[in-house]
Amino acid sequence: MSVIPVDAAAAPVDPAAVAATRRRLLFLRNGKSRLGIAILLGFAVLAVIGPWIAPYDPSALSRDVLQAPSGAHWMGTTHTGQDVFSQILVGTRGVLVVGMIAGVVATALAVLVGVSSGFLGGLADEILSALANIFLVIPALPLVIIITGQLPDAGGITVALVLAFTSWGWGARVLRAQTLSLRKRDFVEAARANGESTWRIVWFETLPNLTAVIAASFVGTVTFAILSQVTLAFIGVTSISDWNWGTILFWAQSNQALARGAWWWFVPAGLCIALLGTAFTLINFGIDEFVNPRLRLAGASARSLRRRGIVPRIGFTAVVRDTGCPPSGPALDRPALALSKEATR
Amino acid sequence: MRFVLRRCIFYLVTAWAAVTVNFVIPRVMPGDPVQALINRYQGQLSTDAVESLYALFGLDPDASIWSQYVDYWGRLFAGDLGLSFTFFPTPVADVILQSLPWTVALVGVASVLSFAVGTLIGVMIGWRRGTWADGILPVTAFLSAVPYFWLGLIAIMLLAVTWPVFPTSGGYDGGLVPGLYPEFIGSALWHSILPAGTVVISSVAGWILGMRNMMVTVSSEDYVTVAQAKGLPERQVMFGYAARNAVLPQVSGFALSLGFIVSGTLVMEMVFSYPGVGFVLYQATGGQDYPLMQGIFLIITLAVLVANMLADVAYVLLDPRTRQEA
Repeated sequence: MSVIPVDAAAAPVDPAAVAATRRRLLFLRNGKSRLGIAILLGFAVLAVIGPWIAPYDPSALSRDVLQAPSGAHWMGTTHTGQDVFSQILVGTRGVLVVGMIAGVVATALAVLVGVSSGFLGGLADEILSALANIFLVIPALPLVIIITGQLPDAGGITVALVLAFTSWGWGARVLRAQTLSLRKRDFVEAARANGESTWRIVWFETLPNLTAVIAASFVGTVTFAILSQVTLAFIGVTSISDWNWGTILFWAQSNQALARGAWWWFVPAGLCIALLGTAFTLINFGIDEFVNPRLRLAGASARSLRRRGIVPRIGFTAVVRDTGCPPSGPALDRPALALSKEATR
Repeated sequence: MRFVLRRCIFYLVTAWAAVTVNFVIPRVMPGDPVQALINRYQGQLSTDAVESLYALFGLDPDASIWSQYVDYWGRLFAGDLGLSFTFFPTPVADVILQSLPWTVALVGVASVLSFAVGTLIGVMIGWRRGTWADGILPVTAFLSAVPYFWLGLIAIMLLAVTWPVFPTSGGYDGGLVPGLYPEFIGSALWHSILPAGTVVISSVAGWILGMRNMMVTVSSEDYVTVAQAKGLPERQVMFGYAARNAVLPQVSGFALSLGFIVSGTLVMEMVFSYPGVGFVLYQATGGQDYPLMQGIFLIITLAVLVANMLADVAYVLLDPRTRQEA
């Protein structure tokens, strides 16, 4: 993921550079986002090696029909004796690839529309933001269903593109609002006064300051795309021959897994979706706390706050104080608190 | 007034865009699935019905795009959405009219309930941050990541199959004739508890999280500190000062996420075989009934637009600044 600035850590020891690195790595110091990234990496590894380590061919029929989980079939078998565990492993790749493609394309569209409408202003802004709002208001799922339903064979890439084209509205709206507030800042005015071209201002002055918002909108879109893709597969609108987690649920539903009490058929796929979605939500928590310092340290340090007798309620903003200690020192892991006001009750 | 006028224009443009998208999609897609359907039902279709399908799906190669577009709008205003093939030979408009009340009731009750409950819980958690209440956050992360339909499947498995408390599917008892009498209403309510409950559970997390974050942000504002310093009762500071300001983004978020909730409810209806628009859409996709699918998309979009307008009215009532702008 592009949000991890690892290269900066290798820079020579220069106090200013170290401080900058530390500030950027703040995002990674957040336990929530670290957990999210760990889960995501786990699924990414499965997506790559899944088809190789799958114990069975996911489509192969066998005589072990509707078996509960056992040593031979870790997640049981379907009504035709297919191995559910292998289906999950093989299906991971499709889910992640579609999510990522949709996320990248939708984020690119959102940046394009959002930043240009924020920068251009006037009539162009009116038109572009109305366009984004229209895509936001129109319910995406029925639209995606009528588009993919009329395409002759909707495979993974097609679904990803359709999802991308219907889900960029939110990101564009948030980015436009942020660009509008950036546009009036002094450093942008200064760059303009220096005679820098609009392109340079957009690329080098504005976009770097939008990184966190772009990352958040990317993560949100990927989550949305994964959920929608699985839902589409579950309804049976998209190709049911490619394995992904939704396809497993489609077959489970259409073969009365519920009535037969075959919980192992649909529980694992749903848990995988939920786990992956949770990972993305946790990463977004981390980004939120990175962007909005008032949200920081809210959950993790509850106990330490209580130990110090602080009730973080009103007029409270947690601040990480740069004390200039060596980068790997233990003080880094316990950010000092500067309290503007302490409600003592 | 200016705000209201701008929003009205926006909704008109959006409605126009939705209709136009509906007009364009069957014309740019490769192949002519509707022509295939018409051929299959050759002889059973009246000339009038064939003509209407030709106009709606652009199968008439002689007509120019513009005249097709005008004809299309004319058909829509006359309430003609073509014939459904799944429920042959019922017109699409009739099929949708029959199922729409179910969906409107389900979505309406479930989304308002989840908004109210979620916002209230968010106020509580946001106010008491740094206590045990923060432990609810990871749970909400999990709930917001679960697909609606899967939660529905789990609910059916636990509460309808393993412990048969609630009915597994349908919108009312099969032996009853739909109508407005107590027995039927009771049965409909009983059948709606599980689908509505799962929609609430899976959508409440987003409201909790949004409200909690806004509460945390707002409670650091000076006016809240001042209110507290004045010695106002805590409840009054919490609801009258912090929550009242924190709720505004929630209300505009409600309007924007309605499309998402509606989409989720449609899938939920498919899982529960609930007799609403979603289940009809499911049958339509199964039978490749394009006239019905497109009609449903159009009606759902228009319904969401109306709901958005209501949310805007609520916003104007809550935020005096929008009223003063004129």
